[in-house]
Amino acid sequence: MWTQFLLQFWILLVIALGAAVLLGRYIGTVFAPVGIRKTDWIGKLERRLLLLLGVDERKQDQSWVGYSKSLLLVNLLFFVGGYLLLRFQGSLPLNPNGAVNLDWSTALHTTISFMTNTDQQHYSGEALSYLSQTFVLGTMLFVAPTMAFTVCIAVIRGLANQPLGNFYADFVRFILRILIPVSFLFGLLLILLGVPQTFGGTVTVTTLEGAKQLIYRGPIAAFEVIKQLGNNGAGFFGANGAHPFENPNQYVNFIQMFLMLLIPMSLPVAYGKMIGSAKQGRLFLGVMTLLFIMMTFGMAGSLLANPTAHGQELRFGQIGTILYSSITTAAETGAVNAMHDSLHPLAGLIQLGNMMLNVVYGGTGAGFLNVLLYAFVAVFLTGLLIGRTPTFLGKKLETFEVKLMAITLLVPPFLILVGTAVSMYVAPGVGAISNPGYHGLSQVLYEFTSATANNGSGFEGLGDANVYWNVSTSFALFFGRYIPLILMLAIAGSLKAKPAVPQDEFSFKTDTPLFGTVFLGTVVLVGALTFLPVLVLGPIADWLTM
Amino acid sequence: MMEPIKDQPTGQEPNVPEKASTSAVNPSIAKQATLDAFKKLNPAHMVKQPIMFVVWIGCLLAIGYTIFIDEMRGFNLAVSIILFLTVLFANFAESIAEGRGKAQADSLKASKADVMARKRVGQMIETVSSATLRKGDVVFVRTGEYVPGDGEIIKGLASIDESAITGESAPVIKEAGGDFSSVIGGTLVVSDEIEVRITSNPGESFLDQMIALVEGASRQKTPNELALSTLLTSLTLIFLLVVMTLPVFTNYLGFDLSGPILIALLVCLIPTTIGGLLSAIGIAGMDRVTRFNVIAMSGKAVEAAGDIQTIILDKTGTITFGNRMASDILPVGAATTETVFSGATLSSLADETPEGRSVLELAELRNMPIEQKQLDGAEIIPFRAETRMSGLDLADGRRVRKGAGQAIQQWVADQGGEIPSNLQETVDQISRLGGTPLVVAIDTEILGVIYLKDTVKPGMREQFDRLREMGIKTVMCTGDNPLTAATIAREAGVDDFVAECTPEDKIRVIKREQDAGHLVAMTGDGTNDAPALAQADVGLAMNSGTQAAKEAANMIDLDSNPTKIIEVVEIGKQLLMTRGALTTFSIANDVAKYFAIIPAIFMVAIPQMELLNIMRLDSPTTAILSALIFNAIIIPMLIPLSMKGVSYKPMTADQLLGRNLLIYGVGGVIVPFIGIKIIDVLLASIL
Repeated sequence: MWTQFLLQFWILLVIALGAAVLLGRYIGTVFAPVGIRKTDWIGKLERRLLLLLGVDERKQDQSWVGYSKSLLLVNLLFFVGGYLLLRFQGSLPLNPNGAVNLDWSTALHTTISFMTNTDQQHYSGEALSYLSQTFVLGTMLFVAPTMAFTVCIAVIRGLANQPLGNFYADFVRFILRILIPVSFLFGLLLILLGVPQTFGGTVTVTTLEGAKQLIYRGPIAAFEVIKQLGNNGAGFFGANGAHPFENPNQYVNFIQMFLMLLIPMSLPVAYGKMIGSAKQGRLFLGVMTLLFIMMTFGMAGSLLANPTAHGQELRFGQIGTILYSSITTAAETGAVNAMHDSLHPLAGLIQLGNMMLNVVYGGTGAGFLNVLLYAFVAVFLTGLLIGRTPTFLGKKLETFEVKLMAITLLVPPFLILVGTAVSMYVAPGVGAISNPGYHGLSQVLYEFTSATANNGSGFEGLGDANVYWNVSTSFALFFGRYIPLILMLAIAGSLKAKPAVPQDEFSFKTDTPLFGTVFLGTVVLVGALTFLPVLVLGPIADWLTM
Repeated sequence: MMEPIKDQPTGQEPNVPEKASTSAVNPSIAKQATLDAFKKLNPAHMVKQPIMFVVWIGCLLAIGYTIFIDEMRGFNLAVSIILFLTVLFANFAESIAEGRGKAQADSLKASKADVMARKRVGQMIETVSSATLRKGDVVFVRTGEYVPGDGEIIKGLASIDESAITGESAPVIKEAGGDFSSVIGGTLVVSDEIEVRITSNPGESFLDQMIALVEGASRQKTPNELALSTLLTSLTLIFLLVVMTLPVFTNYLGFDLSGPILIALLVCLIPTTIGGLLSAIGIAGMDRVTRFNVIAMSGKAVEAAGDIQTIILDKTGTITFGNRMASDILPVGAATTETVFSGATLSSLADETPEGRSVLELAELRNMPIEQKQLDGAEIIPFRAETRMSGLDLADGRRVRKGAGQAIQQWVADQGGEIPSNLQETVDQISRLGGTPLVVAIDTEILGVIYLKDTVKPGMREQFDRLREMGIKTVMCTGDNPLTAATIAREAGVDDFVAECTPEDKIRVIKREQDAGHLVAMTGDGTNDAPALAQADVGLAMNSGTQAAKEAANMIDLDSNPTKIIEVVEIGKQLLMTRGALTTFSIANDVAKYFAIIPAIFMVAIPQMELLNIMRLDSPTTAILSALIFNAIIIPMLIPLSMKGVSYKPMTADQLLGRNLLIYGVGGVIVPFIGIKIIDVLLASIL
């Protein structure tokens, strides 16, 4: 079994890293700040689309404020549109299965959840019409990851001392050049491997015992590929990746894991290319990969403590289950091929850890923004040790940036701890717990961690389909997403405006193994120690008292 | 005269003057600091330091628990006492740092006593108290009187004893006009009489400013300190969230944590070590500068000194002695080394200029005879601007001259003498080397050329090497021609130079460096240095310099030693490093404290937590108290380090980071494990 795990893990890691390096270089080239305006046919299409939006990107580099405004405006438009479509889906076309209108809180939660690239689902996949599935969720699967990606690119440009760029141009470019081609390619592959793709309605069949069975279908392959590539994670079906149509076999399972890792892994490479130091990018990719290996091995280690098959998806075996659940929490996708609730508590601990750190690759764009945040903190805390004002890539980190860093750091602990504490106190919160005690605490903690980190997976077992949970997690989803995005843009804008201190051997280096260690230490000390007490009471106590 | 280089205290720790010994905290300061530590418990003061304020609130709450709750009274009392001590230790650290400045301020105040001033009123002189003098008043000061206020000499010359301000006992000469016209209130006129125009109103004088600065009365948080405390405050808020949500979780799980236990957990997790020492580090940094006899106008300037990447120095008086010394005497034509030395020494027998004396010194060094008796009956020909030569008409009728090449050639030619064919070549050669040639002749014969050279001060090369090791570039500014400038630059080992430099050039150089992103420091004393001093990020004015220069600068060196800028830079770096070191240490400490306290607080309700008690601490009570005690006593233990600063040796950023991370990061993880375990063993044996 260990051989099988190691084999599958290393093969996956090598293939994913290889592909990510290629993709990262491509991203670094096509999103390069100035000068390189692509003139190929996609470039012409891009420009035409932008002109339709009234944007001439050559003239419209935005400030961080302008970029943020455009970002929020577009999000608001998608949000309002999505909310209305979900509320009235019952009376709208493309509803062969007769899905009813969603109630206000479910519609609110679902829209926010999908717009924030979280895809936490408090409804069951079968409750939506095809219109909702395709035009609301399907669209958001493309749009949502693009939001954090564009911010990440703009921030990198700021650090590279270049104009931040234009939000609309980045938005269109990412979808046209990355999401659509990769989705198309892997969508075809998934269809070949047996994932259904149809607009036909539910099939009613009579089983051997003579009972009637409804079989839901739909454009699953298309949904599946962007779900993973964009780190969305929504299930077409309630059972998500454990459903045989979504994830019919080992090969599809493997491709899904690969797709989840692809973009998050490629961003440090793109960063290295854009700031003109591949070494810097490699360092971050290296540290993130190291954390990923440690986390995944830790999770595999929980198998030693839990040699029975409890909680695992039998079609993929223990290995397929463990690896998938590690990657889905590491890359903040949130797709699941087994119920995380029923795995060993130590596996739960690692899933929570992955999401709390949110840098073990992390979601599209958002993960690397977190990496940069921790890098800023690491530089600020230890940069003083060389006897100079701390600088990141030659830009001084001063009170303004540190204030924004401090607020950004506060957001996840605030949302996760306060959200969990309130839910453990009020009746609708406590009432949702299916498995009281330490495990119950883990269930609630997981829900808020998953929402805040924009992961979207559920620990399951939590009765979260009601107004209380819809509204409370909406807060976590919303603020966990947008505050860091806007504040990181502000930091980049402020750093860009500063004169660069020339780098020499007496400047603080952010591309050495030593800094890698400092960075790792900061992630662990600042990021993880915060949550240790609650983790001790949740999964660790759960494990100790098993 | 050159001194042996090996005796120069360069290339080592900054040579702190004797009185600036850093270790000794004398008993009276300690006593005062203890008193002040209690005074600072005032919430209005505590609230300025968010982290210690949280501890203080926690302490008050714990005291409340001790008084009103019967359960666990002993434990609660212990927590209250330890927290009280934690706050007190932090206040004590700040008071100690301030106390050392106060002692200095007191001695300054002593020299600020009112004196009687003779003020000019119309054509009359009126005797008034110095406290009534305003800007623009004119006073007369004569031998034995104190200068009644800061001012500019408008008439006369006097030697003044400034030891009250500078600690330097030798009097200095001040005179009207030029760069040495400013006088400081409270200094003593030792000879002659001067007329002084007062330049400051009461309460705004240099002495007043200095007192305010060293007392720390006008201390504001520096930019980096502000940024760091923002981050530390946010860490504190995060841990506040962690601790405040914890009782909800435990309550759900069916057990309760008492208030004092939660407070103990909070205090252990928030960065109290750096929080308690942060302001002490800042004050001590300023104080170290003051002990170097440099007055920094703000902490910001000291901090900026740490970031300096370029230093601009004047050549004359800073890098070189400023007067030309004979370094060789070369024969031309038929003359031999002996004859040319003889001629040169004869021409310099009566020459009292440094150049003249240096010729005799050189001859002595080379064991050449000096015919002192030739002076008897000789007529001394002094240097005159028109003739551009000087010398002697000896009793035996010989006429000896030395002077500028053209002048001597003219003089010899007028008498019908020959110009040796290799003279021009020798003169050119010396010029090429950056020296000044002085031609020596007796009657009609040109004997040779004295090679005068500006001499680099001993130890400068080592200073610049050290700066280079710190990553700092030095630029020398001089009015010399490019050839001479290049030679001195090479000899002194500066990285760059600007020849034929005007004050405008200096500003241009500073701007050029600043545009390239460098922070620039410069020293200066003249009025025409003032704009450049203001433009530089760190401007160090000499106390001997003009009022304008001092006002434009953000630091003043009381000893008027321009090379002190180097030490100031090191102090700035030390200040930043000390802050970084204690922050790293403080945060790294959390690992051990977590391992001590987390299992302890949950062990009663969840006995299986014993598995996490990897330090094998005796009991939950001793574990919590040990962590808390360690947390408290680490503050006073680190006071000496905060005062003295982390030791600094020039090396690359990577080496510095590696070294400091090893000591304060890795050490910060390990030390508390050991410390807490030891305290636990002790506690277990007592309880």
